[in-house]
Formats: sequence, structure tokens, C-alpha cells
Amino acid sequence: MGLAHTALNQGDELPKRAEGFAPATVSLDSLDAGTPARVLSVRGEGAVARRLMEMGVVPGAPVRVIKAAPLGDPLEVRVRNYHLALRRSEARTITVVVCDK
Amino acid sequence: MSTILESPPQTDSPAGGGTGPEARQLVVALAGNPNAGKTSIFNALTGLRQKVANYPGVTVERKEGVWPLGADLPPARLVDLPGLYSLEAASIDEEIARDLLTGRVEGVPEPDVIVAVVDATNLERNLYLVTQLLEAGRPVVIALSMVDLAERAKLEVDPDRLGLALGLKVVPVTAKQRRGLDELARAVVEAVDQRAPAAKWRLSPGAEEEVRRLYAAGAASREEALHDLYSETLPEDAERRAAVEEARARLSVADPRWWQEPLTARYRWIEQATEGAVRGARGERPGATERIDRVVTHKFLGPLVLLLVMAVVFQAIFSWAALPMELIDHGFGALGESVRAQMPAGLLTDLVVDGVVAGVGGVLVFLPQILLLFFFVALLEDSGYMSRAAFLMDRLMRGVGLHGKAFMPLLSSFACAIPGIMATRTIENPKDRLATILIAPFMSCSARLPVYTLMIAAFFSDVKVFGFLSVGALLILSMYLLGVVVAIVVAWILKHTILKSPPPPLILELPPYRVPNLLNVVQTMRNRSWLFVKRAGTVILTISILLWAMMTFPRSAEKPVPDAEEGAAVQAMRETGTESRGEPAPLTAKDAGETADEGAQLQQSYAGRLGRLIEPVIEPLGFDWKMGIGLVASFAAREVLVSTLSIVYNVGKDSDAESPSLIEAVRNARRPDGRPAWTPLVAVSMMVFFVLACQCMSTVAIVRRETNSWRWPLFMVAYMLVIAYAASFVTYQGGRLLGLD
Ligand SMILES: Nc1nc2c(ncn2[C@@H]2O[C@H](COP(=O)(O)OP(=O)(O)OP(=O)(O)O)[C@@H](O)[C@H]2O)c(=O)[nH]1
Ligand SMILES: [Mg+2]
Repeated sequence: MGLAHTALNQGDELPKRAEGFAPATVSLDSLDAGTPARVLSVRGEGAVARRLMEMGVVPGAPVRVIKAAPLGDPLEVRVRNYHLALRRSEARTITVVVCDK
Repeated sequence: MSTILESPPQTDSPAGGGTGPEARQLVVALAGNPNAGKTSIFNALTGLRQKVANYPGVTVERKEGVWPLGADLPPARLVDLPGLYSLEAASIDEEIARDLLTGRVEGVPEPDVIVAVVDATNLERNLYLVTQLLEAGRPVVIALSMVDLAERAKLEVDPDRLGLALGLKVVPVTAKQRRGLDELARAVVEAVDQRAPAAKWRLSPGAEEEVRRLYAAGAASREEALHDLYSETLPEDAERRAAVEEARARLSVADPRWWQEPLTARYRWIEQATEGAVRGARGERPGATERIDRVVTHKFLGPLVLLLVMAVVFQAIFSWAALPMELIDHGFGALGESVRAQMPAGLLTDLVVDGVVAGVGGVLVFLPQILLLFFFVALLEDSGYMSRAAFLMDRLMRGVGLHGKAFMPLLSSFACAIPGIMATRTIENPKDRLATILIAPFMSCSARLPVYTLMIAAFFSDVKVFGFLSVGALLILSMYLLGVVVAIVVAWILKHTILKSPPPPLILELPPYRVPNLLNVVQTMRNRSWLFVKRAGTVILTISILLWAMMTFPRSAEKPVPDAEEGAAVQAMRETGTESRGEPAPLTAKDAGETADEGAQLQQSYAGRLGRLIEPVIEPLGFDWKMGIGLVASFAAREVLVSTLSIVYNVGKDSDAESPSLIEAVRNARRPDGRPAWTPLVAVSMMVFFVLACQCMSTVAIVRRETNSWRWPLFMVAYMLVIAYAASFVTYQGGRLLGLD
């Protein structure tokens, strides 16, 4: 997994738990299904980003892509302890750090 | 006890002006995330002592019940609320819940205690709402639900440690086994008049510094300073506003996403608070859900399962409902007859029989279908399948600018648009919801079937193409498709013009599958059906009385002389009725005389005049004035066309769509110049009109209630009429050009 998707802003800090590895950051929509990761940042603005964060998608939260719907969109994502369906367009605004096994 | 709106929470002296719990009835509200188990707890606490109403203006159920707190205490008033993720409401459901929790709903006092229902298998997200509830200032008690599921997932939650960390009483409750209910009652009584503990979560040092500065600059409390800093609306006072803007500017230099800090900070605190209280594998999904989803949301199998589910629901609605519908129909027919026999003949009797009894029957006849539909909808919702359907269909629905959640309401509308429209309330964006409501009536509902049946029985009954395909079946299928295609086009146009808004986001929880709670399902079914009967009932009753009056007045003193062609038609009908067809009981002379009178009276009436008045307008569609009467009358409800045509053609208004005499009458009806009034092309044109026109008073009534204005229902009737007219016009004139007439 390359760093091509990295979209770090100046203000981004790696969450504490991610310290210590060489982190691979990708946007959630290009995270491989089944790969455990943690949220690095939510880049969206407005109501959608707010709702995502209210539902626990905040920096540091564990996430994992389960699968895509039959037509490729939306995605089923495991966030913390529950499953959430969201579109690729929304997933694209979430940057995650791939966790080591 | 002061109200929230008047004074900022947690700043004034401890509340306590109340006279204690013994003296007044407590109001307790159940709040929590969707699916957390609120209604299950509500049912366990109130038993059958509950009533259901709607919130003003919207079809969001309001459940209230009586909760006996204990021997020496008056019972509390318990309110069940729709689930919500956050007090920053995103949908109508959430708005209602928030308004009630903060005392903004008329007729329901602000709750004395909030019971926050928290799902033990999903603590962190559930506790987010709790952090907000605490700030609303009401005392909060936590009911920890799903402990059995947590245990099974090897997830251990220590309620006492969690309670200590949160500063709240945490009571594990298992509604089904009635465990923890007494403890919950005790905790609620103890919590009355206690203040909610002050918020313990802290922002980043930089942000805390800004909050302190705002507090020093005149904000009444830490909460107010926080609110000022992060709320979307700025304070009115110019000085405070300037201070807030400066603070925000400073924060955004350090972090362009400064506004996220309170959200992140709450979760930071939640993680700390739960850390010591939770042990074990931070639960994987229950294996069953994983396994079911492997099929249900599978690339190829998923859509197949969805198709199968749809097929079963449809089949059930159409076939299981048929018998009770017939019984209700006949029952009301018989009731009408016996009333007519009991009462002296006259206008009053006519009003009671043809207006009131027929009107009530017209509403209740849909009840079996609506009950069944709600049964399935509740079953699918409660089991967790509904959100999978939205997940599967979202991509397609988005193509026309709609939400995945619009799929189920639209599917429901194939049975009846009313429950479908009632089911749109979970769609967050009002414009998306409105677009879904506006296209729902295009789905061919069951009330159109009698019309299709009559047209096909009269003109296409034995016609086959390629030797085996029945044209009738093909036509019905085309009518369903026509509705769907027009709905898609209209949705696309609406979403690109008057309801323009960015494509709705989809943020949808996929809950674990659960065995549906039958009591819940039956209650939902009963409640929603009752709301339908009450709401649609009043409107349909009014309209059917109005229609009755239009078809009855003015009364002709002497028997009107039927004009020549009319006489011929009646004559032709009678001949066919007695000669060419033996099986239907031939009309006795007396019956024939009565129905002829009815027909004549109808022509004289305002409805008949209206039919003649609109004849020039509907002529290009292939319709004559008698059909015009049918169109006018069936504006109340589509299936009324059949009974109206029966009256117009003098075959007795109790004929149904398969009645041979009515079919003959339709085939033999003539125009003044002797041409047949109906041709296969006219029949198709009529069907097209019925697919697309909004001829259903109940739908209009429900849209009025759901949108809280007359604007949208009137718009809906108008634009659907325009489309129906245009489509019928194209069908008939196009058909004639092709020589099909
Ligand atoms: N195993 C288990 N299931 C539960 C428990 N409480 C509720 N359920 C089930 O969870 C599902 C949702 O429960 P509801 O009581 O309808 O949840 P709700 O919070 O009212 O949901 P909304 O009204 O949709 O917000 C139902 O199928 C219940 O049978 C529990 O303690 N244990
Ligand atoms: Mg509920």
C-alpha cells in the first residue's frame, strides 16, 4: 500500500496509538477489505462529516472495510463495535492509518 | 423546577423547588440510539397500559404509558421516543426526540428524569448521546440493555465501575426476562431532583484556553462559552460575537478542523470512562449475523434474496388480503342493504347508505392490505433486513437522485401509497423525503387493479400474442412498468429543479440480525393501521358524502326522459343481459326500472353535468361524458370507477370488475353517432390515465399531514393530472395515427 493517497494537512497529527509504526495512510474507500485500520482524520465539512464523527468516526477509532455492495457502492464498514454503510464519496473523506497485525 | 430554556444548566443553585416525587406524577422519557432496546423496555415497564398518538404535524408515533414505580408512589408517565444518535437532529424522528427531551413539545412536560438506554455491545457510540443528555441538565439514569448479547460475545461490562466513571447510576436491564426493572424504578425515583453531574470531558489545552477566555469575557457558564464557540449560530450580542470570532480565528490557525474538537474530545472521554469497566474481546459480531450477511449482501445472492423477499411480500399482500377484503366489502354491502330495509326510503337513508356506510367501507376495505404490509415492514425492520435492502439498492436509487432508504417506502407503495408515504419519515433530508413522497403514488397500487381488470376483461380477455402470452397479463405488467418509469423520470426532474439538493449522503447503521419481537411487530402493525383508519377515514368519509351529494342533487321531480342513444344503450344492455348471457341472473323488471332511474338521476346530477362539462377536454383522450363521470367520481378513490360505470350504464352499482353484465354494458356502450364508446384503444388510454393520475383522496390527505401544508398535495394532484392527461393523449392519438382504433 503506497503513500499515493496521503492527504495530510499541516494540522494532522498521528493519533497516539499509531506511534511507533511506519504508518501507511490511505483514504477509507481504497482500504482493502478486511485490513484493520484506525481513523487519522475526517476531512469533510458540514453535516455529513459531523454525523460521521457523532457516530464514532473520530481520529483514533478502529475501522475495517467489510465489503462493497453488489454494484460496488456503498461500502459496509465496521466502526468501533458496529457496522455502518456509507458511500465511497463519503469514505473518500476519511483518512486512515493501516494497523500492523 | 426551572426549565432549561430559561436558565443555563448547572449554574444556578441546585434545583429542588419541587414538592418531592410523592406529590406529583413524574414524567420519564426513554432516550437512546436507534435499536438500543427502548421500546422493549417501555413495553416491559408499562405492560398494556399505553397509548399511541402522533406528534403534531408528522407521523412520528408518540407512545405513552403508565409505569407503576412502586407501592407508595404514584405511577409515572413514561414516554417512548424514536431513536437518535445525537441531539443535533438529522431527521424528523430525531428532531421529535430532541424536542421532547428538551421540553419543546407542546402537551408533554419536560421529563423529570431521562432514562438513557445504552446498548452494552456498542457502548462507545451509545454513550456519545449520553454525554449530550447530561448537558441538557435533566437527571439521567442509564439502562444497560443487551447484556445477554454482550455476555454471549464474551464482553463483560461492569455496571458499577461504568457508573462510577460516568457519575451516573447504571442499571442492567433485560426486558424480555423482566430483569432489572425494579432497580430501574428505584434509580429513577432517587434521581429525581438530583442534578446531572457536570460534564467531565475536556477539550485540547488550546481550545480549553479559548473557552476560559470567553467565559471571562462574559459567557454565563462554561457550557455557554462552549456553545458559543462551537455552535453554528453566533451570539447576537456584538461584543460576544467578536470575541467568539477572534477565538475561532486563533483556533483555525493551529488546526483547520478546529470544529471537530468537541466531538473528538467526547469520544476521548468515553474511551477513558469505558476502559476500566469493559473487559473481554471487544466483541466481534455475533457469528450468525456474519453468516447471514455473507448471503444477504452477497454480490449475486443478495439481489436474488431481495427479489425473493419482495415476491413473498407482494404475493402475501395480494393473495392473503383478497379474502378479508372481499368479506369487508360484502359486509358493508349487506350492512347498507339492511339499513336501507330498516329505514324509510328517502334522502336520509340514501345519505346513510351511499354516503356514510359506503364511505366507511371504502376505508376499511384497505385495512387487510395495510395490516399485512405493516406486518411485513415491521418484521423486516425489526429483524434488521430493511437496512440491508437500502444498502443493496442505494446505488440504483442514487442514480435518480434518491436515497437508499427511499426503496422500501416505494416498494410499499405498490400495495398502497399511504403506508409507503408514512414510511418515508426516516429519510433525513426533507427534499429527498418530499421527492419520494411525490413519486410514491406512481407505483401501481392495489386500488388500480379493479380498473385494469375491468378493461382487460372487456377487451383483451382472450387475446394472445405468439400463441401463449396473454395480452392482458402483458398489459398489466406494462402498466406497472409505466408507473415505475414515469416515477424515475419525475424523480430525476424534481431532484434537478424544485427539489434540487446535493445527492443525499448515506450513513446507515447495519444492525446485527435479531429474531423479531412479535409483540413489537404486532403493536407497530396495530398502531400504524389505527392511525391510517383515523386519518384517512375522516377525509374519505367527507369526500364520499360530498360525492354522494354531487351524484344525488339536484333531484329531478319527474322521471327524466333518457335521450335516444341512452335509451338504445339501456335497451342493448337489457337485451344482452337477458338473451346473449344466460348465467347472470337476468334483471327483473323492477330491478331494471330502479337501475334505469339511478342512471337517469346520475345524468341529471351535478356529477353528470360535470361529466358533460369536461367532455370536450377529455374527448382527445378517447373518453365520452359518461366516462367523464367515472373520472370525476373516481377522484375519491380509483376503484370507484367500476361502481360509477355500473351506475352510468344502469347495471346496478353493486357490480364488480368481473361482473358479466358490466362487461357487456361496457362493450355495448355507444356514442351518439352509433360508434362504440369503448374500443381496445380507449381502454388502454383509460388504464394509462389511471396509472398516472393521483385519484386518491386518502393519498392527498396523508401528504397534507406529512408535509403539513396544502401546497404539496395540490402540486402533486396537479402535476400528476398533467402527466396523466399527456400520456393518455399520446396513447389515444398515437394509436389512432397508427390505425389501432
Ligand atoms: N437479546 C436482546 N435483544 C434485545 C434486548 N432489548 C431489545 N432487544 C431486541 O432488539 C431489537 C430492538 O429493540 P427495540 O426495543 O425495538 O429498540 P428501540 O430502541 O425501541 O429501537 P427504535 O425504536 O428503532 O429506536 C428488538 O428486536 C428487540 O427484541 C435485550 O436486552 N437483549
Ligand atoms: Mg422503539
